[in-house]
Parts: sequence; structure tokens; C-alpha cells
Amino acid sequence: MATQTMLSRQFSQRTAFGLLILATAIVVVPVLFIIFYIIANGAGAISWEFLTQPPSQAGKAGGIFPAIVGTFYLILGALLFSLPIGVLAGIYLTEYARDNWLTRLINMAILNLAGVPSIVYGLFGLGVFVLALHFGMSLLAASLTLACQALAMTITTSREAILAVPREYREGSLAVGATKWQTIRHLVLPQAMPGIITGAVLAMSRAAGETAPILVVGAAFLVPGLPQSPFDQFMALPYHLYTAAAHVPGMPRTTIWGVALVLLVVVLSFNFLATIIRLRVRQRSFSS
Amino acid sequence: MSVNYALSNNRKVQHNNVKLKTEGVNLFYGTFQALRNITLGIPQRAITAVIGPSGCGKSSFLRLFNRMNDLIAGARVEGHVTIDGVSICEKDIDVVELRKRVGMVFQKPNPFPMSVFENVAFGPRRHGRNNHRELEGIAERSLRHAALWDEVKDKLEQSALALSGGQQQRLCIARVLAVEPEVILMDEPCSALDPVATLKIEDLMRSLAEDYTIVIVTHNMQQAARVSDMAAFLMMEEDRAGVLVEYGPTSQLFTNPRDKRTEDYITGRFG
Repeated sequence: MATQTMLSRQFSQRTAFGLLILATAIVVVPVLFIIFYIIANGAGAISWEFLTQPPSQAGKAGGIFPAIVGTFYLILGALLFSLPIGVLAGIYLTEYARDNWLTRLINMAILNLAGVPSIVYGLFGLGVFVLALHFGMSLLAASLTLACQALAMTITTSREAILAVPREYREGSLAVGATKWQTIRHLVLPQAMPGIITGAVLAMSRAAGETAPILVVGAAFLVPGLPQSPFDQFMALPYHLYTAAAHVPGMPRTTIWGVALVLLVVVLSFNFLATIIRLRVRQRSFSS
Repeated sequence: MSVNYALSNNRKVQHNNVKLKTEGVNLFYGTFQALRNITLGIPQRAITAVIGPSGCGKSSFLRLFNRMNDLIAGARVEGHVTIDGVSICEKDIDVVELRKRVGMVFQKPNPFPMSVFENVAFGPRRHGRNNHRELEGIAERSLRHAALWDEVKDKLEQSALALSGGQQQRLCIARVLAVEPEVILMDEPCSALDPVATLKIEDLMRSLAEDYTIVIVTHNMQQAARVSDMAAFLMMEEDRAGVLVEYGPTSQLFTNPRDKRTEDYITGRFG
């Protein structure tokens, strides 16, 4: 009897392990497959010329340099607008806002903002930045549009990072007569910084891959030269990929996969950067 | 059954020098009353211990004096709390200035995740002291005063989190001393420490009592008996509001309590 129970317990333990490993494999294998497939198909397109030259023959020849630069400008602009506003709003909502129905409503709205389809942000950007504010179809309008979309994530991760700073630190600071703002500025923010920066960089990596929002506010398939001002139209990797794959007859398949590969590397390098920053800031705050 | 407490040779307390005072204080958290009608005067340059069973409002009482209860939403104080005869309950009182005068040491050592030096310099820096040489002087003086200097003088630039629990708590005391307070509130400062570290803190408290008014909340009645000059016994009533049962010189409270409930508590019959 006792042996039997032991056996069935062993059996259910093995079954549970098996299921857990299977579920993990189902998640990991397709990701590895996609990455492998993109590399296998796109690596042939990658060359010095592909990375540093403008396109020619409607993108069928030449390189994608303006699209790479355009994507970086776009992300830089979006970061410039979303990081300060996101962090300040995060501070206000966690440290200063009273816990009442209005605050809860705002928090819920911000969470839901992250779930708004990206094309809706695009239309919002078109209506507000392109038309109402007369920025036109431009890098500026597109950066602001992506910033709006990134705000939800930046605020949420800032709030979480600020909330994660132990209450004991705040009390210790207030107890020596520091003001609330001094406590936030000199104790809470430095502690929350790794989390805030990680959130912001991850939001940027997502923005780097967005196609729909920039489609309607200023991305172009072919622009002669690099953008000279924030009011110029621009090329961007995801939009270039979409158009090359769907709208250019006779586009060499290798080129399409090559663009996909470059976009993937850009996005993954943002994630990698986030990890590096987090580790370095954490090390510094513990050793200083 | 009787319990023998090792009482310190408590100095004669100057009762006319009342530093902190509460008069008919009621403390509410929302609709819950945490303290009821507390009236007592805490003498200057002495150690006053607040004892009582868990949840009787000892910590809440302590936090009256640096307005730390303000941090809790819905907290409300009735009655008078004074320092040097001046009320600190008014809305427009400068709590930042108050907390500079009335420092606090917490139950769990809470050094900031910075260097030992920056921990001590934190308070003075926030009050506008930025001269590095001056800060070094303050740090050394505060750390010596907190009986920690000899142990950390060679690792001022190292993380405070690397210190032992007892060292961390003395660092927190040094951090409070650095802003030159008049009163030090201690909320069960030894409850997270081993007996050796506890004794060091107690010795430190005795020496600090030469210059500072100390109020300590403690669960440990031996500790209250060992270090304090005055002792207050708080207890909960049926509605869980804390009331002051007995207050007097420690030697009297522990050897000859006037109230039956105090006697029951200190002899271990409840609590």
C-alpha cells in the first residue's frame, strides 16, 4: 500500500516535470527557429554596402542606410519626449497623488493605454501632430506619436521601480529631516533608476519595431538622403520591410530577409543594452 | 512567581526639566482609535522606556513626537504634544525642522545603500552642508559618538550594507546624531540584533543620555529595566485603543508597581 502511494507520487512528479519542460520547449523552439530562419535567409544580403549605402532601383539594389539612421533618430526623439514625462508622471502618481478614485482611474487608464492598438496611436498622431499642430508628415510627428505609445510603459515601469524602493529608506531619510522631494531626489530615484531605464529602453525597443503608427505620420519608402531637420520625412526599418515585402514587385527575397535581420539586430541590441545598463547601475549603487 | 530585574543605577531624574509632553492625546487611524487620553511628561537628558504588549500603540506613541504618523493616511491627533513647551501638533508646524530636532532609530537597521560616509553625511547634506572637509568632521564626530568609529574608520567608502546588523544600527544612530538632534526616538532598536550587539547599543544609549533625551520602545523588559530611568506601561483596552496604565521611575515600576496590571505584565502573567 505504502509502496503504491510512493510510486504514484513519483509518477505524478515525473509527469509534472515533463509538462513543464514541454511547455518551455513550445515557447523557446519557435523563437529559436524564427531567429535561425531569418539569419539563414537574410545573412546573404548583409554587406558593407547594404548597411552604409542608400537604396537604388526602388530598393531592389543598394543599401538601407537611411532606414537604419531614420529608425535611430525616431527612437532618440521618442526617448527624449517619453522618458522625462514618464518618470515625472510616475513620481507624481506614486509619491504625491492621493489614493482616491481619480488617481485609481488614471492608473487604470495608463494600464489600458498600453493595450491600445498601435494604428490608433498612428491616427491620433496624424490628427494631433501632423494636422492640428502643423508638424506635417515628419520625423517630429512620428517621434511624438511613438513617445505617446511608449509613455504607458515608461510610466508603469517607473511607478513599479519607485514603489519597489523599501519604505524603510524613505522613513530613515524623513527622520533626519530631509524633505519629501529631497528623499525622492537623493534616495528613491537613484535606487529606482535601473528599473526606470530598463523600462524606457525596452519601450524603445518595442517602438523601434512599430510599423503601423509611423505609417500614417511621416515614414516614407524612399527618401533622397537623410532627414536634415525634424520636419523632414524619413525612412525607417519596419516600414521599409513592410513595403519591400508587400508592395515592390520583383524585390529580391534575400534583400527582404536582410532588412528583417537588421531590424531584429537593432531591436535585440536595445534589449541587450537594457540588461547592461541595469547591471552596471546596480553594481555602482552597491559598491559606492 | 516573581521575576528579578537587573536595574541600572539610575540617576536622579530632574522632573522639573520636562522635554516632551503629551496631554490628553487621542490618536486615530481613520475610525480606529490607537491611543486614548495619554498624558505624560518625558524628562530631559534621560532614557524613558515605553513597554507594553504587542499592538498597544507603543510605536504610534513614539511617532507622535516626530510627526511620523503623518505618513499614514487618515491619521489624526487630538490633544497636545509639546517639545520644550511648544506645541508640535499644529498644521503649519515645520515638520522638517521638527524631525531635525527629534531624530528616530528604527526597529530594523535601515542604512541607505550608499557608503558608510554618505550615510552619515546624508542628513547634513540635505540641510545644506556641502563642504567636504566639514562633512568629514561631522562624520567622524558622529561615528565616534555612536561608538562605531574604530570599527569603520578604514572603510568609510565601503557600502554600509556590508556592515553587521549591530554596526548598521549604530550607523543609523550616527546618521541621526549627525544632524545634531535634541531628542532620539528608538523604536525597538535591538529587536533584530544578537545579545552582544544589543549590549553595545544599550551601553551607547547610556552614554548618549548624558546629552540627549531618549525615548525607547521595547518589547524586552530586561532591556527597559537595564537602561531606562523612567518607564511607561501601555496596554490595550477592549476596543484595542492603547491607554497609559502606569508611569514612573523605572526602579519603582519594576519593583513596586502600583497597578495590578503592570505587576501582571512584568511578572510575565500575560503579554
